Amino acid sequence: MKCHEVADELIAYLDRRANSAERQIIEEHLRTCAPCRTRAEQFRKVWNVLDEVPSIEPSLGFDVRLRQRVASELRPKWAGWFVLEPRLAFSMALLIALTVWMAKMPPATSLETELGTKQQFEMIKDLPVLENYDVLSKFDALSELGPAQASEPVPQKDRPANPNGGGS
Amino acid sequence: MLDVKAGDEASFDLLLQKYRLPLVNFLFRMVRDAASAEDLAQEVFLRVYRARKQYSPSAKFTTWLFRIATNLALNSVRDNRHRRMDVSIDAPVGEHEVPQELPARSLRIDEHMIERDRAQFIRHAIAGLPEKQRVAVLLHKYEEMDYGEIARVLECSESALKSLLFRAYETLRVQLAPLVADTVAPRAGEGRPA
Repeated sequence: MKCHEVADELIAYLDRRANSAERQIIEEHLRTCAPCRTRAEQFRKVWNVLDEVPSIEPSLGFDVRLRQRVASELRPKWAGWFVLEPRLAFSMALLIALTVWMAKMPPATSLETELGTKQQFEMIKDLPVLENYDVLSKFDALSELGPAQASEPVPQKDRPANPNGGGS
Repeated sequence: MLDVKAGDEASFDLLLQKYRLPLVNFLFRMVRDAASAEDLAQEVFLRVYRARKQYSPSAKFTTWLFRIATNLALNSVRDNRHRRMDVSIDAPVGEHEVPQELPARSLRIDEHMIERDRAQFIRHAIAGLPEKQRVAVLLHKYEEMDYGEIARVLECSESALKSLLFRAYETLRVQLAPLVADTVAPRAGEGRPA
């Protein structure tokens, strides 16, 4: 057997996977061929050197992460429509909380609104006077009296009562 | 795997426990980055899970598993190579990619550094092999798969695989010559008086 023919079987011989017939042929060759013997010896050393590379351990979260991904595979695709994205869920929760908070707040009591209420109260207080003025100014009987008489003061008994209760 | 195919989820957990360590290490030796190796290992398991219904017992499970892993790893290596070339063609390869390994307590710091440098040197030599040779060496040396299985993973004949392995170990013999010469002498720390 020549060196190049041994080459392809040399690895199988060294890792003890060659059958007995192949082993015998290669051993015979190695006994007579110094370069192949040296090469075989160096291959063994290379294998020892390769053993020096340490193994690594998967990280602690490896299994958990994988199981989560497998679980998501189990869910039907359309189910994804009903699963909220965390960011979307947070935004929706925030919006709902804000709406509830605003609904529970007391109505706004700004300075402008307070002034409006006071003015409204004044108007209500003077409403009878304004109503009487309106009635008197449009009273037909008074208009028939002519301008001079119409300008005369209204008799006391026809004058409306002071809403404040004052006589003057 | 047949149990997984039948819908037994617990059997998938058993597969995970049995194969995650060799798979992560195989992928780490292929891509030389621990985080990428884990991501790829997850992808391999997911693909196995997705394809469980199509699994045929004619193929050995490890052959199937490592064929998926090999394809993913080679794609990742090719993608990274292109990306690295985009960034800088002078960037050092893999020096930051090796995870921190805890030193053995019996070793001194300088001995640990020597050991780490040796491991780095070996990894670099393996990474320098052509893709098919690299896969062949990793499956042969570290996974101890038989020739038939490795040939099926690489989709080549057994005789082609033997030739591939011979060329790969021949390259490593030259590349690792400085370390091979050291192995005759006792390793640091051995035989030293207490």
